[in-house]
Amino acid sequence: MERIRIGAGVGFYGDSFLPALEIIRQGAADFVCFEDLAELTLAILQKDRGRNPQSGYTKDLLPMLEAGLPDALRNHIRIITNAGGLNPQAAGHAVRELAKKLGLTLKVAVVSGDNILDRLPSFLPFSHMETGEPLPEHVRERALFTNVYLGARPIVQALQQGADVVITGRVADPSLFLAPLVYGFGWDWDGWDRLAVGTVVGHLLECSSQVTGGNHGGHWEALAGLDQIGFPIADVTQDGQVIITKLPHSGGKVSADTVREQLLYEIHDPTAYITPDVVVNVSGAHLQDLGNDRVKVSGIKGTERPARYKALLGYEDGYMGQGMLGYSWPDALKKAQATEKIMREQMARLHLPVEEIRAEYLGYNSLHGPLASAQCQDDLNEVYLRFAVRTPDRRAAEQVSRLMVPLALGGPPTASGLIGVDRVRGLTGLWPSLVERHAVDQLVTVSVEEVTS
Amino acid sequence: MRIQEVAYARSSDKGDHVDISVFAYTEESYQKLSQMLTAERVRQFFEPMGIGAVECYPVPNLLALKFVVRNALDGGGARSIRADNQGKTWSGALLRLAQEQWDG
Repeated sequence: MERIRIGAGVGFYGDSFLPALEIIRQGAADFVCFEDLAELTLAILQKDRGRNPQSGYTKDLLPMLEAGLPDALRNHIRIITNAGGLNPQAAGHAVRELAKKLGLTLKVAVVSGDNILDRLPSFLPFSHMETGEPLPEHVRERALFTNVYLGARPIVQALQQGADVVITGRVADPSLFLAPLVYGFGWDWDGWDRLAVGTVVGHLLECSSQVTGGNHGGHWEALAGLDQIGFPIADVTQDGQVIITKLPHSGGKVSADTVREQLLYEIHDPTAYITPDVVVNVSGAHLQDLGNDRVKVSGIKGTERPARYKALLGYEDGYMGQGMLGYSWPDALKKAQATEKIMREQMARLHLPVEEIRAEYLGYNSLHGPLASAQCQDDLNEVYLRFAVRTPDRRAAEQVSRLMVPLALGGPPTASGLIGVDRVRGLTGLWPSLVERHAVDQLVTVSVEEVTS
Repeated sequence: MRIQEVAYARSSDKGDHVDISVFAYTEESYQKLSQMLTAERVRQFFEPMGIGAVECYPVPNLLALKFVVRNALDGGGARSIRADNQGKTWSGALLRLAQEQWDG
């Protein structure tokens, strides 16, 4: 292949897949990649799997494929996703059943081996990636998930075996998008500059609309069509030329400003963005705005991939209880502050273990905390108190709503709009580590099964 | 002058760290922002939030400054009990600092 077009599917679990369906329906890509796994997502999927061993993959996967697969097959578009989450095998089985139900003929690949929770003893001391501290026993006992960030290679193997749909667990976000480029162009696994280009394509597309005007900090008021925002499409050539664009007539915008904003997003050191496949240097990037929502990306360099894989362990780390109660002018902030004081005193009287209490005032400082400007605080039209506790004891978390509800009558005046009294939420601590490549690679499996109608 | 006329910013989390990028519209404003927003100045500004070290990575050919604020999220987005548990609004806070410095 001389030219490959890749479309963005979703940017996180819960994102809309309608823009991707439009790309598929119009045949505007050769591959569409759905990136579903943020750091928090595996914790959510673990809870699902705890309730039902056949779950553990995203609930969006089947509705998305049901809506998109017939058009994808008709338009020769192959789909790659890490929506398999903690249970890619079960996801693969469900997708094959779906294909049978829809009367489709296709090959479904499942990539697994990233989930090392049950094999953790062989990866000890599993030292913390940043501090070097060995994994403490009390953290290990409370582990919810432990997954390795795999690279593009097993997906390439699946594509080589003819897979129309590739379902994986924890594959690094940009590697999902790099894989079809390596497969289609026959790029070498030590062609670092090419791999870096493909990884940047993935990085630019993995957050879906964040490169097409979503969450854009610059002149956001001038953006049109956010009600029908288009997802990005990368047009890539064999020699590594990249144009980022989107469907004509879709909303949002692709400009040098939207692209540079996503290019640097969450990558830390721009000269050394570390992925399983290559270490990328974007500091020499050049963006050329070609107009009509087309931006050419060049100047990307790569160096040898890291010796080890990153792995992430998530563990149960207490509970959060929270509630919100609103107050109006006059003295809205003072009333909300008085309620905070009552809540603190009542919590203390219960003698339950509480590690942190956080009182935030929506409409005043709930987002910037101590950095919020104190201007106008005496004349706010309305303020919500958000009262949240962190505790190792679930009962203490449950007390937040019990204590807050009566204050609608028994506290300061003009209390109204009791909202956000959530169910208690389990908190997840994160323990990143580095693991030996060969120890993981021998666990990775790629299985391809054909469904015939 | 509003800072939004010369720059914009985006931020988010990676583990326990907040990653913030600031983008200037012109070479001139990039130079000025580079001098004003040093790693140490940014560290002092965010100190009340409870943070560790701050690193600054200038990317001149994108007219961008990248700041990594270490150990800023009480252990990470899945553990934090803040409303902004992922540091998504730290970009706005940093623009406020830029505005103050600009008005200096």
